[in-house]
This record gives sequence, C-alpha cells and structure tokens, in this order.
Amino acid sequence: MTFEVGSGLSIGAILVTVIIVAAMLIWVERRLLSLWQERLGPNRVGYFGLLQVVADMIKIFTKEDWIPPFADKFSFVLAPGIIMGVILLSFSVIPFAPGVGVVDSNIGVLFILAMASLGAYSVMLGGLSSNNKYALLGALRATAQMISYEVFMGISMLGVVALTGSFNLREIVLAQSDGWYVIPQFVGFVIFLIAGIAESHRLPFDIPEAEQEICSGYHTEYSGMKFGMFFVGEYLGLVLIASLITVLFFGGWLGPAFLPPIVWFSIKVFGFIAFFILLRAAVPRPRYDQLMSYGWLFLLPVSLINLLVTGAIILSIQ
Amino acid sequence: MAKIVIDGVTYDVNPDNNLLQECLSQGLDLPYFCWHPCMGSVGACRQCAVKQYRDADDKEGMLVMACMTPASEGSIISIEDEQAKSLRASVIESLMISHPHDCPVCEEGGECHLQDMTLMSGHNYRRYDKKKVTHNNQYLGPFINHEMNRCITCYRCVRYYDDYAGGTDLSAQASHHHVYFGRHEEGVLESEFSGNLVEVCPTGVFTDKAFSEHYTRKWDLQTAPSICTGCSVGCNITPGERYGTLRRVVNRYNSEVNGYFLCDRGRFGFEYVNNTDRLRDAVKQGGGSSEKLSTEQVATVIDEFKSASTIGFGSPRASNESNFALRCLVGEENFYAGYSDSEHEATQLIVQLAKDKAFNSPSIREIEKADAILILGEDVTNVAPRIALALRQSVRNKARELASASRIPQWQDAAVRELAQHERSPLSILSTYVSRLDDVASDKVIDTLPNLASMAFALANAISDKSPNSTSPADEYKGVIAKIAEQLQKAKRPLIIAGSTSGNLDLIKAAANIARGLNQQRSEPIDLCLLVPEVNSIGMGLLVNADNSLQAGLARLDGGSATRAIVLENDLFRRAPKTVVDNALTKAEKVLVLDQFSTATSDKADYLFPATAFSEHEATYINYEGRAQLSFQVHQCATGAMPSWRWFGEATDIESLINRCTNEAQGFDKLARLLPDKGSFIAGMKIPRQSHRYSGRTAMRANLSVHEPKQPQDDESVMSFSMEGISSQKDASLMASAWAPRWNSNQSISKFQDEVNGELKQAHPGSLLIERDIETSSYFEPSSNAESSENGLHVSLAYQIFGSDELSARSSSIQQRMTDPYIGLSPDDAEAKGFKHGDSVSLGATDSTAIVCIRTSIKPGSVVIYCGNSEINAAELPSQIEISLNEQAEVLRGIKGLIVSDLLEEEY
Amino acid sequence: MYNLIKDTLISQVVTLWQVMMHMFVKADTVEYPEEMPYMFPRWRGRIILSRDPDGEERCVACNLCAVACPVDCIALQKTEDEEGRWYPEFFRINFSRCIMCGFCEEACPTNAIQLTPDFEMAEYVRQDMVWEKEDLLISGTGKYHDYNFYRVAGKKIGGKDKGEALNEAVPVNVRSLLP
Repeated sequence: MTFEVGSGLSIGAILVTVIIVAAMLIWVERRLLSLWQERLGPNRVGYFGLLQVVADMIKIFTKEDWIPPFADKFSFVLAPGIIMGVILLSFSVIPFAPGVGVVDSNIGVLFILAMASLGAYSVMLGGLSSNNKYALLGALRATAQMISYEVFMGISMLGVVALTGSFNLREIVLAQSDGWYVIPQFVGFVIFLIAGIAESHRLPFDIPEAEQEICSGYHTEYSGMKFGMFFVGEYLGLVLIASLITVLFFGGWLGPAFLPPIVWFSIKVFGFIAFFILLRAAVPRPRYDQLMSYGWLFLLPVSLINLLVTGAIILSIQ
Repeated sequence: MAKIVIDGVTYDVNPDNNLLQECLSQGLDLPYFCWHPCMGSVGACRQCAVKQYRDADDKEGMLVMACMTPASEGSIISIEDEQAKSLRASVIESLMISHPHDCPVCEEGGECHLQDMTLMSGHNYRRYDKKKVTHNNQYLGPFINHEMNRCITCYRCVRYYDDYAGGTDLSAQASHHHVYFGRHEEGVLESEFSGNLVEVCPTGVFTDKAFSEHYTRKWDLQTAPSICTGCSVGCNITPGERYGTLRRVVNRYNSEVNGYFLCDRGRFGFEYVNNTDRLRDAVKQGGGSSEKLSTEQVATVIDEFKSASTIGFGSPRASNESNFALRCLVGEENFYAGYSDSEHEATQLIVQLAKDKAFNSPSIREIEKADAILILGEDVTNVAPRIALALRQSVRNKARELASASRIPQWQDAAVRELAQHERSPLSILSTYVSRLDDVASDKVIDTLPNLASMAFALANAISDKSPNSTSPADEYKGVIAKIAEQLQKAKRPLIIAGSTSGNLDLIKAAANIARGLNQQRSEPIDLCLLVPEVNSIGMGLLVNADNSLQAGLARLDGGSATRAIVLENDLFRRAPKTVVDNALTKAEKVLVLDQFSTATSDKADYLFPATAFSEHEATYINYEGRAQLSFQVHQCATGAMPSWRWFGEATDIESLINRCTNEAQGFDKLARLLPDKGSFIAGMKIPRQSHRYSGRTAMRANLSVHEPKQPQDDESVMSFSMEGISSQKDASLMASAWAPRWNSNQSISKFQDEVNGELKQAHPGSLLIERDIETSSYFEPSSNAESSENGLHVSLAYQIFGSDELSARSSSIQQRMTDPYIGLSPDDAEAKGFKHGDSVSLGATDSTAIVCIRTSIKPGSVVIYCGNSEINAAELPSQIEISLNEQAEVLRGIKGLIVSDLLEEEY
Repeated sequence: MYNLIKDTLISQVVTLWQVMMHMFVKADTVEYPEEMPYMFPRWRGRIILSRDPDGEERCVACNLCAVACPVDCIALQKTEDEEGRWYPEFFRINFSRCIMCGFCEEACPTNAIQLTPDFEMAEYVRQDMVWEKEDLLISGTGKYHDYNFYRVAGKKIGGKDKGEALNEAVPVNVRSLLP
C-alpha cells in the first residue's frame, strides 16, 4: 500500500490525525488560555495535563445520553452528525502535502463552500428540534451569521482563484511557489480570516452560543456524546479554517527544504490555531446587530472592490 | 370638615382635632413622641414641629407644634420646610444625648418608636461626647422590666399609668435632666393594666419581662390576628410564635372592642400554651395505666359515643365550633351546659335580655361615652378588666363636658384635666366588697347580696314606679338611692353594669328594671352591660337548651338514663359539688374528656384526647355583648393535640363547620360573616403569618436535619405558615402584625386606620349575633328572699384578675402574682371570732380552707370568699357559712401579693 | 477613516499583542494543596464567633446577623445570665446554605460574628455543615482586638454597674435636691 493521494492509508491517516488533533485542541486551548491569563491550566492528568483530553472523553462517553421528551427526536439526533460529517468531508479536498490528501478535485474551492453551506443545516436543525427558546434563538443567529459570512468568504477566495486560474486547491498551493498570495491578496486574506472565524462561530463571533445571553444557544439541550460531536465539530472547523488559510494564502506545505512539507503545513496550521485562541483570550464579543451590519456594510463592499481590483490588474497585465 | 393646606396640597380635615392627628390621619409622616391617640396632646417633646403660615402671602411662617395647634379652616402648614426639619432634627439630637448604646440588647429594638423617629428626623450621628446621665433601675414585678437609662422623658408612661389607667404607684421624680419615672420604692406595679406601658413607652424603658426571657425580634415572630380568651370581653390580640413556642401577646387595635390597650391577664396569661404538662396524645386510661390510641382506634371510640345514651357537656372556654360539633355529635337534647347551675340561670337571663329592644349591649367604645354609671354587684376590674379601664375614661366625660363649655379642645389633655380637677361623671358601685374602681366612684354601697338586690329594686322603683319594689332597704340608703336615680335620669347616656359573677339573679333583674325604667323616659335603648366570666359563656349559652343545666345532665348519668358522657375542655369539679360530679362520672360507663391539661375531671375519664390551645386553632368566640369574633391560628401544634371539633369528626375543615353552625344553630345566622372574603385577595394568594424580614428559615430546623422540609401548608385558612403570599395592608382585618414602611413600632397602626382612632381599613370589628326583636314593657319581680338564719355569715364571691381564670392561672408570670384562696372578713367579725390576718380557717361543711384577710370595707356579718384557682369549689359554698380555725392547713403562696385597697395588714 | 481603522483594527491588534505578552508573566495561581495560597485577612471564609478582650462571648443575641442573612441560614435564641448579660442560648449556622456574603459581619453591632480566611470547609456528610455555637465560638478576639460592647452600652451587667460605661456619669440620685 503506497502513500499517495486517495490511497486508503492516506485517507485513514488523515481521518485519524484530524480527529486526534481536534480532540487535543481542547487541551491546547485551555493551556494556551491559562498561559495568557496568568493561570496554570489543566496540569494534573498525565504530563502537563496531556491526558486531560482522555479524562474528558471518558466523562463525555459515560454521560447519560439524554434526549429531551419535548424535542423532535430524528432531527435532534441528526444535527450533530451533520456538522461532523460535512467538516470531515471538507477535509477531503485539503492538500496536506505532496501525495497526502483524499481527492485531488478540480472544484475544491467550490466543494468547500458547498460543505460550509450544509453546515448551517446542522445548527439550524439542532436549535429547532430542541424545542427550547434559547436553542431557537441560537439557531436563528447561527443561520443568519453563517449564510451572511459565507458570501464574503466566497468572494474573498475568488481573488486567489483568479490569480491561480483554477479551483483546484493543490494547484493553488503550487501556484504560490513564487510568493505567497498573502501579499497580493492581503485584503482577501483579512476578509477570509474574519469570515472564517464567523463561519466556525469561534470567539469573538460565538454569538450563536453566547453563554451570557442565551445559555448555550443551539446546543443548550445537548449532552453526552451528541454535545461532544458539536464540540469536536467546532474544533474540526477551527482546523479546517486554519488549513484553508494556509493553503490559500500561505503556500500550503511550501517551505525551505530542511523540513518535510507536511511539517511546514502543520506549523502554519498550528500558528493560525494559536492565533484563533489568542483572539478568544483577547477580543470581546460584538453585538449580533454589529456583526451583521459589519458584514453587509463593510466586508461586502471591501471584498467586492478587492475582487474588482484583482481582476482589473490581472486583465491589465495580460 | 375644614380645608387645610399641607405642603401645597389641600386636605379635608376635622377641625376638632389637632394638626398632628390630622396629618397622621391623612397618612403623612410626622414624628412625635408625647402625643398618643388615646391620651391627647401635652406638647412635651417638641418633636412634631411644623411651619405654619398666616396666609398664602406669608413667606416667613412660624414654627408651631402640630400637636398643640388646632387644624382650623384655612391653615397653611409645611412639614417639609427646612427650618421645621432642622428643628425636629436638633430636638431629637438633644433627646438622644443620654440615650445609651443599648439597641442590640434592648427588647424594643426593631419595633422602637424612638428608632423610627430618629431615622425619620434625620439624626444619625452622635455629636455629643460628654458624660451621659444614668439612672438605676427598679424591680417592678414579674411583668415589666425597667431600664431607665433609655428614657427620653416624653412622660407618656405616667400619663398613661396615672392619668389614663388610674394607677398611683408610678410617678415622675426629680427634675430637669434627672427626671426619673418609677415607683417610690422597688416593688410590683399595682395597676392591672401595667403591661400597656410596654406599648405606650416609645422606647425600651418598660419592656415585657416574660417576653424577654425567650426574646425574639418582632420580625421573627409568626403572628396572626387572634382573640384573647382570658375573659368575656374578647380583646383583639396579636400573639407571636417562634421555634414552636408562643412568645408574647401584644394588643391588636379594634376600634369597637379594646382599642389600644389590654389588661395584664390578657397580655401575660398566654404562657400556659407552652407548658410541658399539656396533654400530648389521645389515650385510653383506666386502672392507673394509659395506652396511646391510634387514629383508627380514635375513630372507633368516637363511633362508640355516637349513641342516644351519650350526653355532652359543653364548655364556656371552648370555641363555638367545638361546642357546636359536640352538640351535633350528641344531639341538641343531649347537650348540657358546662358552667354552674346558677351561672346557667343567669346566662339564660342575660341572653334573653340581649334580645330586648329596650337595651343596648355597649361595646367598650360605647362604655367610654357613658356619663352616669351604675355597677350592681360586679367586680369589674377582676372579672372583665378591660371594661374597668373603659369606665375610668367614661367618668372623665364630665371633664370633657366642662371643657367644651369653656371651648377648650378635647385633645388639650393637660388643660382639660386642670379645668376639671376632681369633677367626674357619676359612677355608683353597689358591691359586697370594695373594688379597684372606688377611687373614681361617686357613691359606693357595701352590703350583702340580698340587701344590695333589694336596694337595686328600690332604685328601679324610684326611677319608674311601675317597677316592683321588694323588701324596703335600710333607711340609711334612701338618700343614696334618690341621688343615683336622679343622676341616671339626668344623664345623656346612662350605663348599668351587672352580671352573672355576683351569683345573684336579682341584681341582673333589678339592673334590667332600672334600664327599662330609664328607657321608658327616653326613646333610645339604654346601655345595659351584663358581664359573664368566660370567653365563650354567651356562645355556649346560645347553644344549650334552657332545661339542660349541668346538674340535670349529671343527674341523667347518675340515674342511668345516659350511660356515656363527653366532657369538652372543662373541669366539672369547678362547676358543681364534688360528690355530685364524682357520682355521675363513676356511674357513667364511658367518659371521654377533651382538654388542654389534665384536670380532676380528666382523671375520671376512660378516654382522654388532647385539645389545642387558643393560638393553635382557628375559632370564633362570642363576647359579653354578643359580638362574635374570629381568631386565627397562629402556629401549628407539634404534639398530637387537635381542635376539639376535629376529634368529633363532624367536619373536615373550619370553614364548613362555621357555615354549618350558621345554618343549623339558632341565633348564629350572622356567624359566617366573619369569614374573610376570599375574592378580595389578590390572585387568590394567602396572607403570610411571617413578616417579610423573617429570619433563620434554613437554619431553624437544621439541627434536626439539614434537609429542609416543605413549608407547612395551611389548606383551611386564608393565611399561610410562611413568608409566601401578599402581606395585605389593604385588607387590614387580616393584618398579621402592624408594620408600615418607616414605622416598625406598634405606632404604625395609624397607617391602617381610616383616620386616627377610627376603624381599621376594611376591618371586621366582629359581628353582633343576637338580634333584638323582643318588645316588652313588663318588669321583673324580685324573687322571694330565703329566710336568713341568725348564725352564719353571708357569703359572696370575690375574684382576682390573676387566678380566677382557669387557663391563665397556669402561666408562670401570672402565678407569681396569684395568691392563695382567702376569706375576707370585717375587722369586727374577725375580732369577735378571734381570727388574725393570715390565719387559715376551715369553711363550714366543705373540706376546704382559706386564709383570713381582714378588709375594712366588708360589711360585718358577711364574708367574701376568693376561691383561688378552684382550690375552693364555689358550687359547694352555702349562702351562709360558719368558719373555724384550721391549724394544720398548709400555706402555698399566702396572700402577700394581694392588691386590694382596703386591706388591713396587721402582724402578717 | 483613520479613527475607524484605529478603533477597529489597531486597537484590536494592540490588545492581541498585550494579551500575548502575558505569556511571559509568572502565573498568579499556585498549585493548591501542595502550595498553600496566601489568604488575605479580610477574606470572607469560615464564620466564627469571637470573644471580647475579657474573654466573654461577644455575641449579645441581637438577631441582626440573622435578619441580614440573605439565605436565612443563621438561627439563634437570646437568653441572659443572672446579671443581665445577653448571650445566645444556641447559635446555629447552616453552612450548606451560607454564601459567604459577609452581611452578618457587616450587621453585627458587637464585632462578634466575623468571617475568617479559612475556606477549607468541605464535608462528606451534609449534616456536618450545620455548626452550633460550640463549633463557632473561638477563644480570641478575631480581627478586632479592643472592642467590648458592654463597656460602651448602658446596660448593667456583672462587673459593670450603671454609670461605669464609657462616657457615663454616676447614676442620678432622685432624692437629691442638688442640680
């Protein structure tokens, strides 16, 4: 069995790695937050608290799997599955390194956008089926937020696509061997970063699940492993967005040859993950209306102008 | 109605009152100390200063004392004026100069008028750092604590104690900042109304000693509106409970009945509720052992008693509901009276007179309006004490009359007293011994009961010659009779007082004749106040048939036509001769007794069920005027005791029982009006018995279990045993305790009155049950006098406020004021028989003993006997008695604590 | 425009930078229980009843702590000795209800009830969270060393007669004619 794109080994390794990384992020996030907040953080289970995640898993698996009697059972069970599914599917088009990947699709970018749209169903179904006012509010917010920011995310990606002339993510990486797209597409990068955080509803844009306002938003009624799937799904989304930024703007696995490509890719991804956690530690949450008006009144025109200018420059060079 | 302007707002006020009273009536907050709604103004404390303006153009104004200024038409005043406010603040600052740093260890703390007023006036920081004046305290008896340091010299105590209640042993002493309020030497406060000092004193100089022993702050007491069961007046009280024991009783204002004051029996006589010798479980007894009964066994016992051969004895100290439930159980013809036969006869007569249109049963407020009073044979102070206090106010009507003639406002207390000096409305007392009202009496006649009766008939004859005369009284009384007759005829509102406790039916008949004679000379009904001894004597009297006297019932048991007996909350050995009761109860197959305590009767019982005390059940009682009043349950009973009616299984809840009594019992058709209208409560919420500051809920029971039980539920009442519900100020008849924002003390009552001294807002002052529908002009004939033998002394009964009432005599602080039974002798008789004061003597044929008390006012040839707390069986006493010295008798308490004004103390 | 960038972008970047710099600051928390943290004297922990400088109970059973308690977890009963000194017959705190708000200490007029820096109050049995006076009463004065309520109050107790408290004149002789 060889290690090439689409091989069973490759698929299995990616699946296992991605899930383990996502799970470990629970510990990473708590340790990093405590570092920035002058605390110690979880350090009791295993060395440096590394086994904290194991403890958490044991807890979450042994918890009562409770479905509220007033909930709509089918969609209540379905919702957390969707988010896990679509995000894991999104990873299939990510080029981790030469020869490491699931498929080498020529519509990779479009596939990612399609999967992100499907993700909105998860939170919407989860919130609606819970039959709970907080959950409904959270679902409403999440749906609006995800649909809105998908628009800017898509438009900001188009600059990169135009420069490359392809939707294939692997080709986008290879096209950056002369220089990362973060320089010509800086505005696109910033918009994609912001929209990406909003898509994965990470802080400071965790408005759908803002504890202080609406309890836990769409997953208020969830517990046990179904809650765990939402939770891991969120971290998977985090890894996905970090990977996409790496691929689209920071040259993917490209880097000086003294390290293997997969290591370069990992370093970049972890850098962005750390940045997201820093955002959580430092930036307060905006109001819901501020988030929406920021998106439609600021990000949309800026991303359109960015696309127009990019297009104009490309045309003028040709 | 006059219009006055207070701080720019126009109010309609009564121009006969002063500004302070009218400001309070309007619900405004104005601080005061020396003014009291019942005692008028003296202007001593300078605390109620307001700014008064001459007219609308006057911008300067002048400071006046609101309590000393009439609320005359067109007055313009300001309470909020800066100058007035700063004067009030500096006045209270100077009042507080020597006030000790005592609040945490003061029983008044938290319900202190001084605290309230200090806060209201804005004085909150002590600037004076010089020496405080201090005083030594006095021992004032078992009721009252003295802490003189706290005094602010408002003079309310002496104005109440001396001027209002007629006490003589509390006075203001020394001068300027040394003024001292106390007795000339340490000792028991003599007045029967000394307990009111606790509520009259605006701070903690006089505090409740019995309450202090198990002290609890006002907000921690669980309270409910209740009725005093000490005598037949039915004063309204607010008992307070904490940790399962009853802690204190305070006055609950009722515009018609007790107003602002209680007697000491009512205030301190509740402690028996907490006694450890209360009956706890339903038992079957016999052969010296007792066996606890289960609920099922109790039901079988009651079924056993549901037969035609069961008779029931009611009780004048049990509620209407318990008496009625017993009557339902045994049937009306088998329900017998629970008081002595003579009292039965008298009560039946009183009930009959209560239906007569010619008379009016005066409430205490009406008694206070009387301007000529005649008391026939009753010792009012010891039988119905609160009425004695009212009589002291009615004799002042002369002073009020003089004041209005001189155009002095009634509220100018000092001026009215100064003007009247010793002028009083006539109060004539015909009695067998000197009473505590003698100092205000205009005429007093002391003689034997038959002589008094013939004198009373002669008096009736002097008023109306249609009234039959009896054997003519002694010549020496002719002048007095004419004088009293004239006084009564001239009076605007004469009042005749008689009753059943004198034990002489003729006196009641004569009283009726006098009143009827007066009635025929004028149109309105005449106040005829007929006293009965116990809280529900009238209520039981209404339920029992005229033929069903106590001894008739006992005779049925003795004769065998009845085999089973139920005795309701009663000790029959107090009511009938010992041998009669003994025989009857021994012959009965089964006897069921329900009571709070074990008594001589309960020792004879086969079954003994514990009954709850007055604070542990909801009940109605009927007072001497026929006024039914509702008393709420204050706290739950921790033992197995239940209200007597509940044992009988005749009803499941009190409301249905009251409704059934209303429908079935004759004369009770207005009883259900007492029940609160549930529709008037907000969202059907209950009234909480606990205050909004009630503390310790999660710790009081934590020593038993840290797991807190559910709050106790009260499914029957409109009140809840918790803080839950709406503490409704709107419906003040269900005021658990008087409290208003900024008014923590009992003075907050003015916030609940529609005007000062008026009715409580939407209050229920009770409902007068007895319909006056008999119109007759016939007079009573005197009963033919029994031949009096030459030897033997005429007997009449004496009563004591502390001791004559069965239940309050079990209270520890009352017991400290009780004496042994005594026999009052005139000095002549004592000398003739060679008795000394304090000797023990045997009473004729009975096996009882009494202590000789030589009293100057007793008529030679007669004796008065105080039976103590049933140590002597009054039913066994003959009308004439021989007494002999008894050397072996043991003396328990002696008669040292006896407070009667004619006591002759020699070498005792 | 400059302000917009400054407010939205620059300030966020500065914030991020400053928060990140905390990485190089020593942690404030310690590894309890291996290392005990320093507890400040005014920390609101376990409640005690203190004694006055003469070694007598300070609590006078005034009930103010109980009424101030927002969770009503204090219950007590007043009693008094032969000489008139008030003290609690029982004094009970249900620590399973206590929220350590310190209102009782604020309300206490005699400095009797005090909160201490002891926070290790966990129990395996809930009933053990109910503390009686015997458990609460310490033998010292706690945080306030000098205050003795009865030296200031006017009430007479054993060893202190009328007129012997702070700023008090000797008791008035009412029989005297002197001013």
